[in-house]
Amino acid sequence: MSEVIVVTSGKGGVGKTTTSANVGTGLARLGKKVVLIDADIGLRNLDVVMGLENRIVYNLVDVIEGKCRLKQALIKDKRNPGLFLLPASQTRDKNCITPKQMVTLIENLKYQYDFVILDCPAGIEQGFQNAIAGANRAVVVTTPEVSAIRDADRIVGLLEANEVKQIELIVNRLRYDLVRRGDMMTVEDVVDILGIPLLGIVPDDENVVIATNQGEPLVGTNSQAGQAYFNICYRLAGKEVPFMDLGKDRTMWNKIANLFHKNYVSQEVHI
Amino acid sequence: MSILRLFHKKKSKQIAKDRLKILLISDRVNCSPEMMELIKHDIALVISKYMKIDSDSMDIQISKTAKSGRNKLPVLYANIPIIDLNNCRIS
Repeated sequence: MSEVIVVTSGKGGVGKTTTSANVGTGLARLGKKVVLIDADIGLRNLDVVMGLENRIVYNLVDVIEGKCRLKQALIKDKRNPGLFLLPASQTRDKNCITPKQMVTLIENLKYQYDFVILDCPAGIEQGFQNAIAGANRAVVVTTPEVSAIRDADRIVGLLEANEVKQIELIVNRLRYDLVRRGDMMTVEDVVDILGIPLLGIVPDDENVVIATNQGEPLVGTNSQAGQAYFNICYRLAGKEVPFMDLGKDRTMWNKIANLFHKNYVSQEVHI
Repeated sequence: MSILRLFHKKKSKQIAKDRLKILLISDRVNCSPEMMELIKHDIALVISKYMKIDSDSMDIQISKTAKSGRNKLPVLYANIPIIDLNNCRIS
């Protein structure tokens, strides 16, 4: 039984592409057969985040227009057996394909793969409609900021209206220092506001930038974000993984600060 | 006073949360600010039939009743300052 998961957020720059790349890679490392589809036609980026930009010959639009066979457009990731990328076109725009064509494409793909992961473009226009058309499951990525949460809420409403049944949340770029200080909403706050189940928490981690520079997803590495993404992959694959306990006030300084600051919010943080 | 205020300053996360709660409800019910203005105007009109109110500083908003979640019913909350209660024309 294959899963078709759309990674979406509404707002741009919250980490959809990074999440798609890491989740796809992580699931492949768990032995699943995965295809990543870059649905951001005209502004493709998943290929560079994956480090596969030099291997593109054909793309999604070529497949839909019948210029090549599906197999010709799929790029096999040599580092991760079982992982394939269907890149977007960089020279066309989102209006050149329809949701119906996407559904047909996904129907052709999904019986050969355990997971089909769609990287959705920002916004709620045609590109979004194309990306969610064939999905049976959605992962909404947000950061703990007012603008991102507002857009995420709108996206959840649209996903529900389009009858995407299973909608889950990833809170990305959480800064524990700010959360402890009371200057960033906690994960509980975000979950409470959006009212959808939590799939994972990814801490703000400089290693994400480094990994993107190198074109190598960091899932499974020793970094905090790498661990968090791997936990998300386990959960997507149906394994229950507890949210890791991070950021407890362990240092002596924090303990002392706790004594003096009555307003000091002590938060247990999990990923 | 200012020192006291320093200690009781609202954390910015709480401000964010409060703003979002109000914002999302009006987003969800798709109620435009113009429509809210019209509702406010009409409420003021009805209430002023019975008592003297300060319609300039009255405030209406849609907020949630019970706990949060996606399926809770929103409520229309109106804060209407009464200037003169003695001259209520209720007979």
